[in-house]
Amino acid sequence: MTEYIIRRVLQALLVLIVMTMLVFFGVNVIGNPVYIFASSECDQACLDAIITDLGLDQPIWRQYLTFVGNLVQGDMGRSFTHGVPALHLIFERLPATLELAFSALVLALAFGLPMGIYAGLRPYGWGAKLIMSFSMIAFSLPVFWIGIIMILTFSVQLGWMPSVGRGDTVDLGFVEVSFLTLDGLHHLAMPAFTLSLIMMAMVIRLARAGMREVMFTDYIKFARASGVPERRVLGAHALKNILIPIVTVLGMEFGGVIAFAVVVESIFSWPGVGKMLIDAIAVLDRPLIVAYLICVVFMFVTLNLLVDVLYSLLDPRIRLGGGKA
Amino acid sequence: MTPVLELRDLQTSFEMPEGTVHALRELSLSVSRGEILGLVGESGSGKSLTGFSINRLISPPGRVTKGEVRLHGRDILPLPDSEMRKLRGRKIAMIFQDPMMTLNPVLRIETQIRDVLLAHEKLSKSEVRARALAALDEVGIPAPEERLRVYPHQLSGGMRQRVAIAIALLHKPDLVIADEPTTALDVTIQGQILALVQRLCRDRGTALIWISHDLAVVAGLADRIAVMYAGRIVEEGPIDDILDAPAHPYTRGLIDSVPVPGQRGGRLRQIPGRMPALTDLPTGCAFAPRCARATENCAEVPQLMPFGEDRKVRCVHPLAAGEAA
Ligand SMILES: Nc1ncnc2c1ncn2[C@@H]1O[C@H](COP(=O)(O)OP(=O)(O)OP(=O)(O)O)[C@@H](O)[C@H]1O
Ligand code: SF4
Ligand SMILES: [Mg+2]
Repeated sequence: MTEYIIRRVLQALLVLIVMTMLVFFGVNVIGNPVYIFASSECDQACLDAIITDLGLDQPIWRQYLTFVGNLVQGDMGRSFTHGVPALHLIFERLPATLELAFSALVLALAFGLPMGIYAGLRPYGWGAKLIMSFSMIAFSLPVFWIGIIMILTFSVQLGWMPSVGRGDTVDLGFVEVSFLTLDGLHHLAMPAFTLSLIMMAMVIRLARAGMREVMFTDYIKFARASGVPERRVLGAHALKNILIPIVTVLGMEFGGVIAFAVVVESIFSWPGVGKMLIDAIAVLDRPLIVAYLICVVFMFVTLNLLVDVLYSLLDPRIRLGGGKA
Repeated sequence: MTPVLELRDLQTSFEMPEGTVHALRELSLSVSRGEILGLVGESGSGKSLTGFSINRLISPPGRVTKGEVRLHGRDILPLPDSEMRKLRGRKIAMIFQDPMMTLNPVLRIETQIRDVLLAHEKLSKSEVRARALAALDEVGIPAPEERLRVYPHQLSGGMRQRVAIAIALLHKPDLVIADEPTTALDVTIQGQILALVQRLCRDRGTALIWISHDLAVVAGLADRIAVMYAGRIVEEGPIDDILDAPAHPYTRGLIDSVPVPGQRGGRLRQIPGRMPALTDLPTGCAFAPRCARATENCAEVPQLMPFGEDRKVRCVHPLAAGEAA
């Protein structure tokens, strides 16, 4: 197990290195950030000074090495527009995004699992057809469209839901969260639901497929034939088996959800990193864009690592990997 | 004395788009306390379905459409599901063919035993543990404390089947239905499991229905046998009488196709043709297309008639003792 984890960590490091190159060079070929700093009267000498100041006169590989050197020390540069360390900005905004993403995950599981299980148990009933249509719609409609329709319906027409911001937050000492106040929950509901739809659709499908397969296995028949109550058969014997693929897929998808939060945050003006990224791109704030992308990559890699570990906890056959099959 | 289980004129049907298919018909049999009934027949003859009809776990669209299932003289078919659940595992237990598949791969042995214990009894943690240990010990599992903590894949096939047997016997059921529990095992392990089940059932006076397509296995184990063909019982009676002098041409064919140890060279006689599908059974005796004795009298389904003392056969031209088919 330890050896397995070490190997996975090394792989993760390699991915990180490759990604820093892609991100750095990718961002450095677009636009010229000098004009952010240059006032309209800035002459050539003034421009040159800015270029030297930003280190842009150096060859690009040297810029990269400097960047990596700083990165290793936890320095991702200062935001051009805010003038503070980029990482600092990201950490300031990240809790809001994470709160949104985790709320979406909880919603996806809380509604998706029961719906999927139900549809798997009664695959030909009306309920199942309704649930599957819902999952198909949730999966295929564009997120921004759903978000806008929700705002139009619940905020503009009915006036039930707020459409902007996080609402009242509670300071937990290290982060501020919305979900502990009624007003915060009220603000969180629509963006979290919008963001959860794709995950929910996936959970429904996986749970349904898993359930249909598991219900025909001998171990479920054996549990039933031994008188184990149906609630326990479904809630423990079957559920634990169908959770394995769901955890895998959700874990890998979760990074994507955080990235997708960009769209939802923009629509609902949710003050997270996604909204910040859009603003940074608009003004070509290179350090901030790079720092964001590096953080996202880091998150993806860590998540994948976590999924592997969690997966092995759920499935004892993997945990003992290499042992008796 | 009333038999432990008595099936009277049971009919199990599947509601299919192309019409209703009767998979079991006019099925009557009984088992008494301490008796072992072998249920034999080729693949698809309805053996497993008989087991599932008894404990009412047929997967939809199948259901029992006629007849009675009497447990200690009381018809349990009209019982509501909640009452039926209380009989499963406590009065009627079941063991399945593939020990790889009978135990839940993601639950510890202890959890699986506990769930079955708690399905019918209120027990404290320590009581559960004591009962579990005793049960494993009884089926000859060494170091039961350690086995409780493992997952099924950490046990050999034989050990797994022992665990399944231990679970099936937890509540000292009055009837055990064993659906080919040794088919997937090595011959030596097969022998051990056979001896184990035989001993446990005899000691406790448990009635046992042993389902097998292998006449040789049943021959050394059962007191009586019932031979099934295309959903009907075609011959039933004490095992020695039937093996010595089968009355139904199909039984004769089954016996002749079993290799006899130490008698090489004698060509095995196979029954020509194959069992017809349930959807296009001949109007008369279902065995007629393969039967050498068939006449125009066989164009009507024969009744299961008494034959000699204590035997029954469903054939208009039963074989006399020693007669070839
Ligand atoms: N879900 C189902 N839908 C339709 N028909 C079914 C279904 N399950 C069983 N049957 C029918 O019932 C018949 C009996 O099946 P059963 O499993 O009892 O056979 P078996 O004697 O146990 O055979 P085997 O030795 O292969 O286990 C089969 O021919 C099959 O066509
Ligand atoms: S009833 Fe006729 S066809 Fe059927 S087994 Fe007997 S002799 Fe053969
Ligand atoms: Mg079978």
